[in-house]
Amino acid sequence: MTRDLPGVAHDAPAHVSGPHEAYLALLAEGVLGFQACGSCACVVFPPRGRCSGCGADALMWRASAGRGAVYSTTALSPRDKPPYAIVLIDLDEGYRMMSRIEGVDAEATRIDDRVSVRFTPAGEDVLPLFVPDRGDR
Amino acid sequence: MDERQLRGHTAIVGVAESDLGEVGPGVTALDLAEQAAGRALDDAGLSIADVDGLFTHSAFFPMPSVVLGERLGVRPRHSDSTATGGSSFLAHVRHAAAAIETGMCEVALIVYGSNQRSASGGLVSSGQNAIPSYEVPFGPRLPVSAYALAAARHMHEFGTSREQLAEVAVAARRWAQLNPVAFEQGDLTIDDVLGARTVSSPLTVRDCCLVTDGGGAVVITTSERARDLPRPPVFYLGGAEAHSHMSISQMPDLTRTAAAESGARAFDLAGLSPADVDVVQLYDAFTINVLLFLEDLGFCAKGEGGDFVSNGGIAPGGHLPVNTNGGGLSYCHPGMYGIFTLIEATRQIRGQAGDRQVPDSHVALAHGNGGMLSSQVTVLLGDASVL
Repeated sequence: MTRDLPGVAHDAPAHVSGPHEAYLALLAEGVLGFQACGSCACVVFPPRGRCSGCGADALMWRASAGRGAVYSTTALSPRDKPPYAIVLIDLDEGYRMMSRIEGVDAEATRIDDRVSVRFTPAGEDVLPLFVPDRGDR
Repeated sequence: MDERQLRGHTAIVGVAESDLGEVGPGVTALDLAEQAAGRALDDAGLSIADVDGLFTHSAFFPMPSVVLGERLGVRPRHSDSTATGGSSFLAHVRHAAAAIETGMCEVALIVYGSNQRSASGGLVSSGQNAIPSYEVPFGPRLPVSAYALAAARHMHEFGTSREQLAEVAVAARRWAQLNPVAFEQGDLTIDDVLGARTVSSPLTVRDCCLVTDGGGAVVITTSERARDLPRPPVFYLGGAEAHSHMSISQMPDLTRTAAAESGARAFDLAGLSPADVDVVQLYDAFTINVLLFLEDLGFCAKGEGGDFVSNGGIAPGGHLPVNTNGGGLSYCHPGMYGIFTLIEATRQIRGQAGDRQVPDSHVALAHGNGGMLSSQVTVLLGDASVL
């Protein structure tokens, strides 16, 4: 069954306890991690301890290809920095996450746009931001 | 035991607001809660000594019902600080109805107070979040960005227009102009809404609720005792709670809220349908809320909310009176608006709503929202003619 789960199998990061810490540690390795359930095949994000689909203690870390489509988008124009787009992305592996779109005007992002992850340093962390796939609108 | 037996067994006997708007420095959230509680008990013809059930939630003080109990001098037999954001106070009504039915208390006092405008000038959310969020580093402006994402998706799926969202704000303002205590009284047009500063696209500042101070309180007791009190009883007919997520990225479908569940259950318990409702009070934190809730509660089909509110459909003189006090968009919004839906619903059924009174109001629906379209609570109230 594990072979049929979306994404690529990935070891849980060593020396990390909680699921959120593990997610951050994977990002630091350049891996966009999510979880899939070895019992019911549910895809789970953000990370947690047990499957929220079936309750089994059978979640396994997977590496996402970091590609998906914009489910919804909103542009913010703060006074102190350039405008940016906050989006919800449906990843191809079957989960949804919030992120921010880079490399295009905030107002230019459209629902259904195809996007790809770009790991971006942010202080001590790495953020999984996304950029539009060119010519794929 | 069947929850249907709660129908008509309890009644709202007192409601009141505290001072609203901008109360100025030196007045705390607890002061406003105390003020509202006292006024609601006066309205009910009861005193603090009668209260044996205390229900409240606050973004300003921890252990809210305990803090409020000390301030008011209540030593409750039943204490409830259920915290589902702005929907909390509607959940408290359902909990109070059940507690009174089972003898856990007899006179329930539900209270809210906030001085967010005077204290901070910004929306104060419940509790500082100690749980790490993967969302926060991306920089969403919450809660408005969450509602903006829902609005954008609704526009994409159903062709809902910016003008239709603006209709909600304009209708709220027209009702507010009939309510002497409403915070915003000036004229407002669709063009005004569209031309206002964009906060989180597609929503402008006029699509967003006010930031005001204010408190409110509701007193509930047995229907038997209610008949001996000065105000006409406003009976609890049914109520239901539902929540589907907390973070907006975990909402299963941005155009379908858990109000579809809470509404269906509340109508079933009350033995009523949307066609039976004379006046509707919805938590309008943002204009999109009203479209979503009108659809999910069954007042129109999914996707038709925009058409439903067009051409003044929910404004004074429209086909369904919605948010007759002016709502969170124009009347008051101290942060967790839910209790004001109950206060206005009660006044409409009593026939005490002055220039904004909807004729022949026998059944009212009050609906609360909490979080990021997360928690939905629906309560149906009515006068003696529908028992």
